[in-house]
Amino acid sequence: MAHRAYVRVQVDVDEVGRVRPLRIYWEDGRRFEVDRLMDVRRAASTKVGGQGMRYTCRVLGREVYLFEDDGRWFVEARDVPAQSF
Amino acid sequence: MRTILHSDLNNFYASVECVYRPELKAVPMAVCGDPQARHGIVLAKNMLAKRAGVQTGEAVWQARQKCPGLVTVPPNHDLYLRFSRMMRQIYADYAWRIEPFGLDEAWLDVTGHAMEGRAIADELRLRAREELGVTLSVGVSFNKVFAKLGSDMKKPDATTVITPENFRQRVWPLPAGELLFVGPATRRRLAARNLRTIGDIARCPVESLASALGKNGEMLWRFANGLDRSPVMALDESAAVKSVGNSTTTPRDIRDERDARMVLMVLSESVAERLRAQGLRGRVVCLSVRDVQLRCFTVQRRLARDTALASEICGCAQALLREHYRWERPLRSLGVSVSALRSEDGDTQLTMFPDAPRERQYELEHAVEDIRRRFGHFSIQRASLIGSREFGAINPRDDHAIHPVGRYER
Repeated sequence: MAHRAYVRVQVDVDEVGRVRPLRIYWEDGRRFEVDRLMDVRRAASTKVGGQGMRYTCRVLGREVYLFEDDGRWFVEARDVPAQSF
Repeated sequence: MRTILHSDLNNFYASVECVYRPELKAVPMAVCGDPQARHGIVLAKNMLAKRAGVQTGEAVWQARQKCPGLVTVPPNHDLYLRFSRMMRQIYADYAWRIEPFGLDEAWLDVTGHAMEGRAIADELRLRAREELGVTLSVGVSFNKVFAKLGSDMKKPDATTVITPENFRQRVWPLPAGELLFVGPATRRRLAARNLRTIGDIARCPVESLASALGKNGEMLWRFANGLDRSPVMALDESAAVKSVGNSTTTPRDIRDERDARMVLMVLSESVAERLRAQGLRGRVVCLSVRDVQLRCFTVQRRLARDTALASEICGCAQALLREHYRWERPLRSLGVSVSALRSEDGDTQLTMFPDAPRERQYELEHAVEDIRRRFGHFSIQRASLIGSREFGAINPRDDHAIHPVGRYER
């Protein structure tokens, strides 16, 4: 199972209003750089529910869906038991 | 020949809730009003609840009897509005003539589009699923009536095409009640003439229908024969306004004129505020009344001049109630609406002598509105409402419900 994890993000907005996420802050303080933005489209998350603009980002060599939902941002996070951290 | 699509978002409110809480898809679920405030009816339900027999509009306790495990969630109108707008943006990629019917239905005129009607319908369904996470039923036909019928035939997430060649096989066997504008009363009158299917209506001589049902009989005959020519109106949300109204089912019964006055005041204030917010004034005040046995009636009156003043609207509504209701039973809900609207910048009939008190009243209501906008609805209240916790706490403007507005050539 997975869940919707709302995250803090840093974004760049250009002159015409295009939004580009730069980095994602995880709740434990870790910071992940968005190495490449592959795709932007409106989409619903089939995995964790929710809907918004979906930014397909390459982070640490993996594709990650980052959603912007009415001003808030979330990622599809795996449910990991607490002790494995 | 035209190509008309009718698109219907399946179980709209419930589907949107499921987008955000996918776990609700696995249980019977319904979006319901608040039973504490006596708004406890089913507004929408998901497939599992539907299968258990839960119906839109029935009381929550009735639904629970049929479906003991029913999960209920409160409505979130702003969210539904947002989804409805996003869906309309998608429609706009295919048609410029889009006529919404409520939040969850719309007609699209795609005549002359490079893609075929069915292909557009399939693409709309795909995009609704992928981009919004909800499903659509789409009817494709050569007029609005059959397009709407088509969208009702297969649910959820399906396209139904009704053509001039196949409508006799597909549409005519359906019960008469499926046809647009055939409600229970018309259905009974049709049944009295042994007209039970849409095909029966179509094959009946038009004169005989006209004598039974008047102008509407002729209209139904045209509908049944695929001769509906009403255009898809390019409406934006604000252009659809023909009347502005509010109604409320009060937290406790309205027992006497004094109770009624408070409720009418609250409703009239909200109506007046909304009229002014849209730059409108209206001439006709309509009062709707429903008693505890759910008997209801509506009455209306034309005013001497256009108004957007709560005090005038309320005065008229009170007078209507006094003249038409004898308090045999307490009331359960009241509604006030204003129609015959005109833009406030348009021509208005001036009075011979300047009406200073009326101008001052406008200024006063404007000031109250301004205070409410800045400090919240309950920051300023009428003294008459202060004593009543139940009625004073009604805030119709923000507890709004959205009703479909449709226009038809009759």
